[in-house]
Amino acid sequence: MPRATFRITRGRGESASFKDYATDVSEGMVVLDAVHQVQAESAPDLACRWNCKAGKCGSCSAEINGKPRLMCMTRLSDLDLSMPVIIEPLRAFPHVKDLVTDVSWNFRVKKRIKPFKPRRPDAPDGTWRMQQSDVDRVQEFRKCIECFLCQDVCHVLRDHHKHEEFAGPRHFVYAAALEMHPLDTENRAGDLRGKDGIGYCNITKCCTKVCPEHITITDNAIIPLKERVVDEFYDPLTRLFRIFKPRKPDGGA
Amino acid sequence: MSGSDLQLPQLRGLGKTSRTDAWWLQPGAILLGLTAFIVYTTWAALQGQNYFYDGGGAHYLSPFYSPLLFGQENEPRVFAATHPSWWPAWLPFSPAMLILIGPAGMRFTCYYYRGAYYKAFWGDPPACAVGEPGFRGRRYRGERKFPLVMQNAHRYFFYPAAIFVLILSYDAFKAMWFTRADASGSEFGIGVGSLVLAANAILLGGYTFGCHCARHLVGGGRDTLSDAPVRRSCYTCVSWLNRKHMAWAWVSLIWVALTDVYVRLLCAGVITDFRII
Ligand code: SF4
Ligand code: SF4
Ligand code: FES
Ligand code: FES
Repeated sequence: MPRATFRITRGRGESASFKDYATDVSEGMVVLDAVHQVQAESAPDLACRWNCKAGKCGSCSAEINGKPRLMCMTRLSDLDLSMPVIIEPLRAFPHVKDLVTDVSWNFRVKKRIKPFKPRRPDAPDGTWRMQQSDVDRVQEFRKCIECFLCQDVCHVLRDHHKHEEFAGPRHFVYAAALEMHPLDTENRAGDLRGKDGIGYCNITKCCTKVCPEHITITDNAIIPLKERVVDEFYDPLTRLFRIFKPRKPDGGA
Repeated sequence: MSGSDLQLPQLRGLGKTSRTDAWWLQPGAILLGLTAFIVYTTWAALQGQNYFYDGGGAHYLSPFYSPLLFGQENEPRVFAATHPSWWPAWLPFSPAMLILIGPAGMRFTCYYYRGAYYKAFWGDPPACAVGEPGFRGRRYRGERKFPLVMQNAHRYFFYPAAIFVLILSYDAFKAMWFTRADASGSEFGIGVGSLVLAANAILLGGYTFGCHCARHLVGGGRDTLSDAPVRRSCYTCVSWLNRKHMAWAWVSLIWVALTDVYVRLLCAGVITDFRII
């Protein structure tokens, strides 16, 4: 059986370093299998997070050969095994140990996005009517598994540490799902421009490239939201029109 | 708010990454491609000649010079003058200078090109998951503050760009009419140049009408389109073009330069136009 070497981050924070582990590999294995094998054979204290092994829980995010990916969805047959396979924790979040990072910052950011606020029910029984075609647009955004790979790769967080002023692509996808929903009446443009810092995004599309759910984050969520922010805050013509035809109430910055 | 207390890993320096693939290839190719285009366009725009070919009765106008506001008498100029009266005498004049600002602004503020040149020219980031120059670090401002906040004006370049597509389509139409040898009017015909100009108009149309601002304006800005069938069809079409916006951007960029090259070579007598019909 062929062997391959896995170069895995061990330790905590600044004192962490790489350690090489060789293990047997066989057909059909994914990176997470190899990590589990290393755990079983030579490093029982190796910390890694996983849950479904089916690309659906978003727990096993890591950086494999420098690219943010799900360990359970990265096949060994797609990697060059003649060189050590590098496995590192996400870089945009605080390191806990080995391959585990603390992603709880994301949950705090999510809470501050204004929740879904539907219009008054359309029927006396408290239900709504909407067209499938209108709600189709946001379906894509609802596929998100909160793996935070997009957050990890985004240079605004990764290289500029703007965690206090920038919500990140995952939360723009979330905001887009609410904002573009046909029943929603909330206005998030002010928040997006203000505390969510959508202007920090320079549309370099790294988030879209790494999304395991293939959500077209930049083109379908971020740019349309940026355009809505332009409508509200930068375009003198749309601002003028709004004087005559008020739209949704402004959420405020 | 959250975040300030986060213990984050140290920033990586410029070009530092664990990526093992040739991550520099794409930004490198974009850097070379865009630089080559800018250099050629500037050179061609400053020439002020060899932009209109009327050999064999043809009407081929280089897209860099269209609409031709000022020009020679035999050329399809808009005003009856070779240059504007207010143009300072010490400054060399070329008709292309007045109009290139429109398409240049459209491309400069285009969402696709922005992302591409921020990476290739600014290294912001050099490529995904690759370290940035250390001086920027936390001082990064993105498109939040001046000057880059001005990119939000992109839609104001889209409006004139849409008109440019109409003008270039008209040029392509004119390129299908040839003055008869005895000067008794014109006849329909197709030369290689007619096809080159027609392809140019189509490609620029595909690029321009796949613009993210167009998508927003025709319907993307609304949450419901089922009640507006015309808008909905427009939105579907624009979204279809938008999906391949990057491809349209590159093919139209290369083609517009080649169209100028073609007309220029015809005018200079280096090649001859082949008349198909
Ligand atoms: S497109 Fe914007 S949000 Fe996505 S990775 Fe780039 S800067 Fe971050
Ligand atoms: S948008 Fe994609 S990459 Fe980002 S958290 Fe959701 S599934 Fe993961
Ligand atoms: S283990 Fe659930 S996504 Fe990988
Ligand atoms: S987004 Fe590319 S032209 Fe508008």
